[in-house]
Amino acid sequence: MTSFAPIPGLIGGILIGLSAVILMLTIGRTAGISGIVVNAMTATGAMDRSWRLAFIVGLPLGALLVAALGWKDWSSLAFPATMPMTVIAGFLVGAGTTLGSGCTSGHGICGLARFSVRSVVATATFMACGIATVFIIRHII
Amino acid sequence: MSLIFSLLAGIIFGAGLTVSDMVNPARVLNFLDLAGHWDPTLIFVIAGGLAVTALGYRLVFRREAPIASEKFQLPAQRQIDSRLIGGSALFGVGWGLAGICPGPALTDLVTLQPKVLVFVAAMLIGMIVTVVWRDKIRPMNAVRQSG
Repeated sequence: MTSFAPIPGLIGGILIGLSAVILMLTIGRTAGISGIVVNAMTATGAMDRSWRLAFIVGLPLGALLVAALGWKDWSSLAFPATMPMTVIAGFLVGAGTTLGSGCTSGHGICGLARFSVRSVVATATFMACGIATVFIIRHII
Repeated sequence: MSLIFSLLAGIIFGAGLTVSDMVNPARVLNFLDLAGHWDPTLIFVIAGGLAVTALGYRLVFRREAPIASEKFQLPAQRQIDSRLIGGSALFGVGWGLAGICPGPALTDLVTLQPKVLVFVAAMLIGMIVTVVWRDKIRPMNAVRQSG
């Protein structure tokens, strides 16, 4: 059970937006996580790989920082999916974001912020499929 | 210098996912569960992120170039194709199964939870398999990953 938390949500969202703007302003790149991960694995140039690895390393460091400041209560953290379901989910998320060229951050934040039609279609599609999947698991099966 | 900028951006992004509790799959699943105890927090995260990014991008794109590189690198793809829709649909199903998308998955590595490690490993395998399929088996056109 989680309770609606609009203020932390809004503050977190603003931080995510700030991160996307900083990445574009400084190195001219989109803060799309799936693309960063895929290209970190496939990039051939050293710089092409290293800025992406630096960003990826920063993600858990950001969580550590928030926890160190005492602003995070991890007690409600829960992973409801079973282990086999987690494996299938991880594979689908990796394959789907690679095929669809983006995830919640790349399409849902950066793409929508540029009013990209592709990102509107992608975001509507993954939102609808996510909602349908949860409906089937929780209310039908 | 670029590395410091992107590390900083990664830290702020991870902090944002943590503060907003998007690192918590239970909360994400409750957002997707419209027919259950619906938790609309994710809408506020997207709204905050979108507002700052849309406004910030407008200001940034007034510049000729970024501070620490030669040019802005934006996705060149324009057409709505089956890969965009099919891929996003697969992603949506996976997101609905576990409540985890790529950013929170990597951020949650800090918890060292076995399910996070397994999810990230499966996600990387899914990415590699798809890259091989896309580039070697069914090359359509040179598509750069944007998101």
